[in-house]
Amino acid sequence: MPTSITEENQINRPTKDYMISDRELISTDIEKYLSRHEEKQILKFLTCGSVDDGKSTLIGRLLHDTNTVYTDHLEAIARDTKRIGKDDDELDLSLLVDGLQAEREQGITIDVAYRYFSTSERKFIIADCPGHQQYTRNMATGASNCDLAVILIDAQQGVQTQTKHHTYVTHLLGIRHLVIAINKMDLVDYEQEQFEAIKSEFQSYLDSLGNPDVQFIPLSAKKGDNVVARSMNMDWYTGPTILSYLHSFPVTQIRDFESFRMVIQRVNHPHDNFRGYSGTLASGTIQKGQSIRVMPSGIETKIERIVTMDGDLEQAFAPMSVTITLEDELDASRGDVLIDLEHPLQPKSELNANLVWMDDDALNMDRKYIVKHGASQVLAKVDKLYHQVHIEDLSRKKMHSLQKNDIGVCKLILDRPICCDTYSRNRMLGGFILIDRLSNRTVAAGMINSSEEGEMLGELTNTSSKISSSKTFPVDRHASRPPITRPLPKQIATG
Amino acid sequence: MTFVATAENLPSSAEFHLTHLQQLEAESIYIFREVVAEFDNPVLLYSIGKDSSVLLHLAKKAFYPGKIPFPLLHVDTTWKFREMIQFRDRIAKEYGLDLKVYTNEEYRHEVTPFTHDSKTYTDIMKTEALKQALELYEFDAAFGGARRDEERSRAKERIFSVRDSKHQWDPKNQRPELWQLFNSNIRSNEEVRIFPLSNWTELDIWHYIHQQNIDIVPLYFSKPRPVVKRNNTWIMVDDDRMELETGETPTNKEVRFRTLGCYPLSGAIESTASTVPEIIQEILQTGYSERQGRLIDHGTTAAMEKMRKEGYF
Repeated sequence: MPTSITEENQINRPTKDYMISDRELISTDIEKYLSRHEEKQILKFLTCGSVDDGKSTLIGRLLHDTNTVYTDHLEAIARDTKRIGKDDDELDLSLLVDGLQAEREQGITIDVAYRYFSTSERKFIIADCPGHQQYTRNMATGASNCDLAVILIDAQQGVQTQTKHHTYVTHLLGIRHLVIAINKMDLVDYEQEQFEAIKSEFQSYLDSLGNPDVQFIPLSAKKGDNVVARSMNMDWYTGPTILSYLHSFPVTQIRDFESFRMVIQRVNHPHDNFRGYSGTLASGTIQKGQSIRVMPSGIETKIERIVTMDGDLEQAFAPMSVTITLEDELDASRGDVLIDLEHPLQPKSELNANLVWMDDDALNMDRKYIVKHGASQVLAKVDKLYHQVHIEDLSRKKMHSLQKNDIGVCKLILDRPICCDTYSRNRMLGGFILIDRLSNRTVAAGMINSSEEGEMLGELTNTSSKISSSKTFPVDRHASRPPITRPLPKQIATG
Repeated sequence: MTFVATAENLPSSAEFHLTHLQQLEAESIYIFREVVAEFDNPVLLYSIGKDSSVLLHLAKKAFYPGKIPFPLLHVDTTWKFREMIQFRDRIAKEYGLDLKVYTNEEYRHEVTPFTHDSKTYTDIMKTEALKQALELYEFDAAFGGARRDEERSRAKERIFSVRDSKHQWDPKNQRPELWQLFNSNIRSNEEVRIFPLSNWTELDIWHYIHQQNIDIVPLYFSKPRPVVKRNNTWIMVDDDRMELETGETPTNKEVRFRTLGCYPLSGAIESTASTVPEIIQEILQTGYSERQGRLIDHGTTAAMEKMRKEGYF
């Protein structure tokens, strides 16, 4: 597969070719390659940025420089680059990822898209999320299954309201590892001062979010600096490139192997001699013979068998999909939750939660919605709107309604109790969606808190007073600043 | 306090480690089980290709020791390779599957790959036929083997992809899909296309076929086959319905197929790969995607997006 298109790309050729050891093995010993490839783990991450931050270009660059792009796809984007009337001297890598016709023509990303690439070390799944504020819902969607977020900042623009918005939403969705990619460094002459200024400006915001694990990386997605290849233009930066950071990030970091939880998806009862409970372990491990509890009944029983088509297992762990048979005959069904004895789970019919509203129609507090949680659907009303967090300075404000893309802390009252965890403890048992009964649309995503304060935001509210909006976030700073270099050419402005 | 595993405090991390194929398998099994639990009348759209073979294998795993609790539907244009049909019937018999075969009989003789352009042919014999079959059997959920890495507009599709009463896809108005909470609530005249292989890549599929020893149509393996060169690709002369142009004589070439469909529209590649590892080796060394051999994708830039908006799989 081709590795470079233009002369400019040649300069930033990967210093370590992550495919090379693979490529040798592929031609000399394919079986060995396959057994090595099998050991790779998956890292899921999302990318988000404001319009024109160069997000699609960054992903295109990652795919291109890891040799993931097929020749016929490159040929197709070369044709598109011309057809859309962009300069043809440089391939527009963003076209590799802007999937829908409208997106290619308008040069924006409308919907979350999923991208796949692998290196000799890992397999990666990217949730490529739209930048516009009105697409918060898509960003939340992308973040819900990810372990890490790459947030883009345009080096010319600095920290924007949207940057905070993206950071806040990923934080709310439970992502604790961030890469802040300061892009378009080529347009600020690769100046360290600009990088450091943006970094220190943003650091105080991150501090107030309880200081998630953050790596700042200066890069130019368009030119290839510090994406896969180390930049020749920024000697002052000694940290990792994006790809080397993604390689070193420990994938197993977020799993809870202590408290066992499995939602029963389906009772597998093909004949009188077999009754199994099928599901995917949300967390924890189980052993054959272990005592467990069936919720919400609370009945204690023992695991008789852990059944799979490849044979019975002695033990299973999250996120395996298995079928469990129990020593006692009891009346368990879809929606019930199997748990271990040491980590109890209380059925709850009142929930405190963060809600991300996703529908065109605002929340109607007189109306009942369907809460889909685990494998249960329960009718519920939003009983109270406590407050909304002002994303700019993380202060609280009073909230009277929830409109599309609003985020608020609420109390829900359910028609019947559900067995849930808090979201910070367990994403699968702490997250839920709200469905409109008439339109069937998914209208909101919910993250369960332990109290009305919102435990995930507890850290925020304690420290939010530290942020002085006038000093830390000079609102008109960029408006008054003359452009550092030439204006952004249209053909790479595509976010 | 919850025990949170980190690289440092997890001595048994190797023990609690799923490989990427195991993780993909677990996700797909979860999806199969959700659909069977939440829909009244699901069906598996069986195209006989390698992705369908993987889909079928995962379905067996999801419901083991029970049988697959839904039928398979094959939309037969009557122009599939003969070996595909033999394979289909053998697999259905071996596994005791409830196989339904549907053909758009009204146009069966009138619309062929030779009488009409590929767009018209696909619209009528595949998309139309699929819609008719879904309506005939009143299926409310249909599993398909599509993957997001296949093509640009696919990358945006949900795992549960709602189709309206006309079976159309509205890419701008998709439901947000969070965690593994799939919204399966639909109106009675709507249906949902389900894509359990969304997160698999072509390489994952082949790797899994190799690892699990999954049966696939022999056309994927190279051997001498009678072919003619058309549109810069090799077309196999699979039966005597193939209309040869003047001067065209079939020659035997070592070829295989990277994707399978209707034989007059499926381009073969010259290859010596006759085992799954050799196929994987070839895919990794060639620079071209698997859709390269499919004649129906060509045409306008957004051809696939348009076809799918109209109800194609």
